[in-house]
Order: sequence, then C-alpha cells, then structure tokens
Amino acid sequence: MSSVETNATTSDLALVTAIRSGDQGAMAALYDRFSSIVYAVALRVLQDTGAAEDVLQDIFMQLWRNPGAFDASRGNMASWLAVIARHRAIDALRRRRPQDDIEDVIVSVEPNLAVEADRSRAMDKVRGALQTMPAPQRSALEMAYFEGLTHVEIAEKTGEPLGTIKTRIRSGLLSLRKVLAA
Amino acid sequence: MSLHEEFADDLALYALGSLDGAERQTIEKHLEECASCRRELELLRGDSSLLALTTAGPKPPARARQRFVSAIAEESKVSSRLPVAGATSTSERRRRSWWLVPGLVTLAALALVCIDLWRQNSTLHEDVASLRAQIADQGSKLEQANEVVATLLDPEATKIELVAVGNKPQPRGKAIYERRNRNLIFFASNLPPLPAEKIYELWLFPANGGAPIAAGLFKPDARGSATVVNPPLPEGVEAKNFVVTLEPESGSHESPRGTPVIVGVGE
Repeated sequence: MSSVETNATTSDLALVTAIRSGDQGAMAALYDRFSSIVYAVALRVLQDTGAAEDVLQDIFMQLWRNPGAFDASRGNMASWLAVIARHRAIDALRRRRPQDDIEDVIVSVEPNLAVEADRSRAMDKVRGALQTMPAPQRSALEMAYFEGLTHVEIAEKTGEPLGTIKTRIRSGLLSLRKVLAA
Repeated sequence: MSLHEEFADDLALYALGSLDGAERQTIEKHLEECASCRRELELLRGDSSLLALTTAGPKPPARARQRFVSAIAEESKVSSRLPVAGATSTSERRRRSWWLVPGLVTLAALALVCIDLWRQNSTLHEDVASLRAQIADQGSKLEQANEVVATLLDPEATKIELVAVGNKPQPRGKAIYERRNRNLIFFASNLPPLPAEKIYELWLFPANGGAPIAAGLFKPDARGSATVVNPPLPEGVEAKNFVVTLEPESGSHESPRGTPVIVGVGE
C-alpha cells in the first residue's frame, strides 16, 4: 500500500486525505501526533488508565473508519479530538451509549490553533486565565467539564443557586475565549 | 449575528453536555431553527476545547499504540479481501440494435441489484472486520486478566509474606475494591486456624454509614492464606472500610456478630 511521506510538517489535512485512501502509516502518524491529547483528557475524566486507553482506541478507530468525520474547514484537529475525547470519556464515566456521532460534533476555535506552536502559546494564556479565575467559577467549570456533572448536581454539591451555576459556567467559558482573542 | 440571550446560559451548559430533561429538549428545538445559536454552540465547544487542551498527563503507554496499529492492520487485511468491481467487456457495445433494448434494461436492472448486493456485502464485511478487531482486542485483555487472576489464585503459587526482621507474622488482609464495576479482590494471610463450626466472614462498611454488607465467607488454607474474589455486592456502594470477623459456620449475613479478626486501616 502506498504511504504518504509523513513528518512533523505534514499537515493534519494531508494525513486525513491519506487515511481516506487507507494509508495505515498516515493513520499511525496522526495517532502519534494527537494520542497524548486524547489520552490526557480521557485520563483526567476517568481517572483510570485502562478505561482511558479504551477511549483512546475507540476514538482513533472511529477516525480510521470514518476520516471524513473531521471537517477541517470548521476547526483544528487537536481541538476537535479534545472535545470528542471529553465527550466519550464522560459517556464511559456515566456508562451510557455515546451521545453524539463524531461527525456531528463541530468545534470552532478562533483563531485556529492548527499549528502546534500557536496552540502551545494559547494554552499558556488559557492556563494563566484559569489560575486567575475566581475559585468557585473554575470549580463549577471543572465539575461540569471533567466530572460530567449537570448544573443541578453542581448546585446540590456546592449549595449555590442554579442560576448562579449556569452563569458561572457560561462566563467561565467566555473568559477563555476572550483570553485567546486578546 | 445575534445570539438569543434567553438561551445563552443553557447553550453553554448544552455545549458541555450538562443540560438534561426539558431544558435540553427546549434548547435542541431552538437550535434546529436558529443558525446564530448553532454557530455560538460551535464556538462554545471551541471554548471548552481550550479547557481540555490544558490537561497535562502521562503519554499513553506503548501497548496502546501497538493495540491500535494491530487493529487497523487487521481491518485493512479483511477489507482487502473484499471483491473489487472489475472492468467489463466493451467489445459488443457498438453492435447494439433496437431489439437489444429490453435485454439491456433487464441487464441494467440486474446490475443495479448486483451493486446493491455488493454494497450490502461491503457493509457486512466492514461490520465483520470491526467485530473481529473488537474480539481480538477483548481476547487479548481477557488473556492478560486470566493470567493475573490464575497466578493470584493458584494454590501451587509460592506466597511469601515479608515482615520486619524479628517480627512474628501477624494476621493481615488486603482488600482491593473498585466501586464502579463492583470488583473486589481480598487476600488474607497468617489467619489463625478456624475453631470448630466457625468461619471467617468479610464485611464491607459503606462510606455513607449504612449497615455493613456481607462480602463473602471463607476458610483459610493450612498456612492461613485465603482469597475472596468478586463476591456479589450491591451496586455503587462506596467503601469506607473492610473487616473480617469470626462467625458461626453458616455466616451472619445481616450484620457482623462475631469477633473482629482483622480490620482495615485505610490507604
């Protein structure tokens, strides 16, 4: 089977194009590029290496079988995979069937963070924003995102009103967006 | 583009999958009709991805890569055995006449049926490939798990407990409990021989302060060792502690009545 020449500069889109034609080397290169992101997110949510490995396997197998699920015109691969990994990990945590097909999950990040160096700089900014975020807001955001709790469960856990939790989560997300736009 | 403010907070929760019930249905209905809110949902997912991307952790183990690479190779092998649509002969094409039309229509219909059957065949092959990969993967995991369990439970396996020099071995136990799957593995060693008509019983003490739950009766071997593996337990119980008591031979299934022999001290 012909294999696309893969190296660090091969674009994600070029890899996906090669995967569409069944190029296992391109798929392995894509795995090497993004498996750490997927695994880190799954492990953070599931706190279990075996379960995180299952999520990792599941997501990349789906991408192998259906590379067209990733729409490069709507965002970058890293952000998309991070969101899919989080969704699948929460599904596994809650022991439920996957809630969304991967092709239905559209993720837009502005500016686009397709280049790793840009992504790395952006993450420094986002980490800084999280550190300066009021603790109750960061906590609500993390409980919703990494523990998969509903706003009702978070309100019960923290004793805060539902409306407060809703507002904290939204403004927390928006503050991350602002940091990136700055 | 204007976002509908009345949906703004719920949209953020929906992006995180943290909305359920009627609120979820309401927002989904609105999203079907509102392009600006659909766009905002994509951006909120993008915002949430920033949160995910800040996650740092260990790299996935090499075995995970090997498992993945093997799985795609296996699927490719199966796919390559699929029938390939071959070239058809064109030598007679120029000799068509009007009286051939009904025959050609029939052939076209047959061709459509064949294409449909081939597609179904392809889908079935893909399903088979996927199932084979899953089976191979599960088989490998099961084999590893079986090896571990077989070693732990093998009466012939050498089991030696190490204690501080000069100390006399004391009765000990170790409970490894995983609440989500109700898995419990318990090992005990140096237990005193059982008195007549007595048995040891393992108890799970729930973290919520509820009544202790019987987690298995057991008799130690001649060296005082014993194992309890996955006794039937209720779902979702968080354990605060485990205790082994000495009970009448039929056990005390409602609550521990006998003397505690070993008691958990936490990690």
